[in-house]
Amino acid sequence: MTLDLRAVLIITAAALVYAALLPARWRGWALFLGSAAAIYLLQPPLAIRFSDFLLPTATLVLATGLWWATRAPGQTFTREDGLALLLLAGVILALSLMRFVDAPYRLTPSRPPDPLMLAAGLLVVGLVLAGGWQVARRLLPAKGLLALLIVLLVAVFIIWKADALAVAVSAAWRGATGQDMSLASMSDLNWLGFSYVAFRLIHLLRDRMSGLLPALTLREHITYVIFFPSFIAGPIDRAERFADDLRALPALAGLDAPRWIEAATRITAGLVKKFVIADGLAQGMALNSVNAAQTDSPLWLWLLLYGYALRLFFDFSGYTDIAIGLGLLFGVRLPENFNRPYLKTSITAFWQSWHITLSNWARFYVFSPLSRWLLMRQPRPSPALIVLTTQTATMLVIGLWHGVTLNFVIWGVWHGLALFVHKQWSDRTRAWYRRLNETPRRKHLWTAATWFVTFHYVVLGWVWFALPDAGQAARVLLRLFGL
Amino acid sequence: MKHNTWAFAARVVIKAALLFALVNGLFAALRPLDALGRLSLYNIIVPGRERLPYGEDPARAYNLSLNNLPAMLASHVVARPKAEDELRVLLLGDSNTWGWRLQPAETLAGQINAAGLRGADGQRIVAYNLGYPIMSLTKDLLLLDAVMDAQPDLIIWLVTLESFPREKQLFPPIVQNNPERVRDLIARYGLALNAADPRFVTADFWGETLIGQRRAVADWLRLQLYGVSWAATGIDQHIPAEYTPRQSDFEPDASWQDYAEPVLLDGDALAFDVLAAGAARAGDVPLLIINEPMFISSGQNSEIRYNAFYPRWAYDAYRERLAAEAEARGWAYHDWWDAVPPAEFTDSPVHLTPAGSQQVAGMLGELILEMMDG
Repeated sequence: MTLDLRAVLIITAAALVYAALLPARWRGWALFLGSAAAIYLLQPPLAIRFSDFLLPTATLVLATGLWWATRAPGQTFTREDGLALLLLAGVILALSLMRFVDAPYRLTPSRPPDPLMLAAGLLVVGLVLAGGWQVARRLLPAKGLLALLIVLLVAVFIIWKADALAVAVSAAWRGATGQDMSLASMSDLNWLGFSYVAFRLIHLLRDRMSGLLPALTLREHITYVIFFPSFIAGPIDRAERFADDLRALPALAGLDAPRWIEAATRITAGLVKKFVIADGLAQGMALNSVNAAQTDSPLWLWLLLYGYALRLFFDFSGYTDIAIGLGLLFGVRLPENFNRPYLKTSITAFWQSWHITLSNWARFYVFSPLSRWLLMRQPRPSPALIVLTTQTATMLVIGLWHGVTLNFVIWGVWHGLALFVHKQWSDRTRAWYRRLNETPRRKHLWTAATWFVTFHYVVLGWVWFALPDAGQAARVLLRLFGL
Repeated sequence: MKHNTWAFAARVVIKAALLFALVNGLFAALRPLDALGRLSLYNIIVPGRERLPYGEDPARAYNLSLNNLPAMLASHVVARPKAEDELRVLLLGDSNTWGWRLQPAETLAGQINAAGLRGADGQRIVAYNLGYPIMSLTKDLLLLDAVMDAQPDLIIWLVTLESFPREKQLFPPIVQNNPERVRDLIARYGLALNAADPRFVTADFWGETLIGQRRAVADWLRLQLYGVSWAATGIDQHIPAEYTPRQSDFEPDASWQDYAEPVLLDGDALAFDVLAAGAARAGDVPLLIINEPMFISSGQNSEIRYNAFYPRWAYDAYRERLAAEAEARGWAYHDWWDAVPPAEFTDSPVHLTPAGSQQVAGMLGELILEMMDG
């Protein structure tokens, strides 16, 4: 199942039951259990035996383990945490019973592993993690341990996102299950939601290191990491804000019209954006590696590129609208991710309005710490060098988040350089820009020109994003200008 | 009015439901698919297609199969207004004419146009590929009937035995999904086909609503959208480099269709009446009927079969019968069954290589010039 019209209708029906019938004090628990089950139901089927069951299980194990690691100083393991742990294991084992259900009626993407083996495996993994934690805690200071966990998480992320490494993992996994290793591919490891889960977990680890993270129960922590409306395509919320919404659920009016109307509006808009506009544009009107190789005319290449840019926006912002709408149905207001990005008149404004939550994440955990570190260095680098380094590094991380490939590196640098140039330009033209306000006509012309340049710079950058091969992307960029 | 109350939401839902019912009811009453089909981006914003839409792999071929005849024709270059200095030649036929495994420029029509032929008065001879890769004369007649508004000056109909069996006439989806048009042809020309054939797709009221016809509407929309990729790439067929060549060696099997052994192939078995209806529909427009070239094997058991399609007895009887019918009815008929060397066939007994297509196009060009000059 994916987040399509059928899934939206099922979730909406569940939201009605949740709002109308469920006792208010159970709402947080319902979201916790619902999210845990949903990540199995949303996971697409995979070729490697049991992998489409084991990867969601790994998400839950990872999230649980890192809750233990990021507990606030002095935070004890309460009865509620114990109940949450038991229920989580119960969800996993209950879903594994789908093994005994015929395929057409099975809720999991394929046949799960044997429940007894799974229970034994979970127990062993739990014991190994607990033992490892005890050993590591003796060897490393608390912050060092959290830093090591970030490094490990980033390493897993890189392995999963780098083609060659992912294929190697896939081949090894196939070998372990006795499947044909020559068929190993990156698509074997389609770990749904992991990109978002990893960045949420890094946020939790980093904020625990800096002492900013509030104490979260296991239930709150898990629900934040895997909240099903935002599990597939974000947004990346902040834990403290999310926890506030969770804690307010018991006091939330179940069927309050303004919230439900807002949610329905967002969901409808999202469905139209995603399944009508974006999927329509995908029918031959958006650039891809095949039609890019087949198109010689610069005019038609531009048209396909515009199609791709619009498709990307409507697809992603449509998903975000659906996620925000579904979140609202359950009483959680997820953050906005888009704010008319293609209408912005500078690259800085674009990045404040495109995938806002990822940009904010990168600002908090890459740009700001790197800036502080460079500012404290002796001798201190020039301000321009600091800006260049931090902005390029930030955009590089955003690029690599999409995939560890040369194309995403170039795309990240493309935007990092643009942000640097824009910063230099705006620093040097402030007085001139203020004077521009005195002549509205010139201001309008300037606004139109800057919109045109910004939009086309972003659109040209999508060439690196749309085409998997850097050589082809470079050739397409030249062909767009008749070269 | 407050926009955040349940009363407001209920009004929105009720109005939306009424609007939805109204639109569906109107759609069922007006049945606007034909009119919608005539609305097309092709020939206005994007270039018209050089052959009719057909395809099972839209993502790679930028093409799709649909049953909306007006939409198919509106997407074709034949929908362009006829130029004053143009002599219009329409080519009807099966996948041989459509150009299976051939680029648009390599098809018969494409190669005729590349030759830059001109009539006696210096008018440009422009050939239009109206082939469709399914074998049925009724399918050809359906297309001919629909395309007569395009003011042809000459119609060339390439046929082969596989298009003639009476029981195959109504099997193409495009025939089954255009029941009113086909029934009209059956009635108009007294065709010996069953107008009440259960394979005709006849929708009830619910099937005629927007919801019932959502697939047809989506196909029309997808045809327009794929126009952009067609315009950008000039590709309308995915042609894999590798293919299984047509069969050269056969089992000692003389069967054809449902006939295990030779039988008399008369007007009951073969739909010559459909061919005659085509000639009648062409009216004053000259019609050339060509028995299209086919692969002739010299492999194992080739004394029994010419190729995978035809045992010798059936094909010989068909040729004889078609020649006799043409003579009796005064049709301009040419039998080119063995005109192309065996090496110029690709994955079926009638699919040509570019060189084979060029050879047939050259022969057609000469005939066209004869007809136009005559």
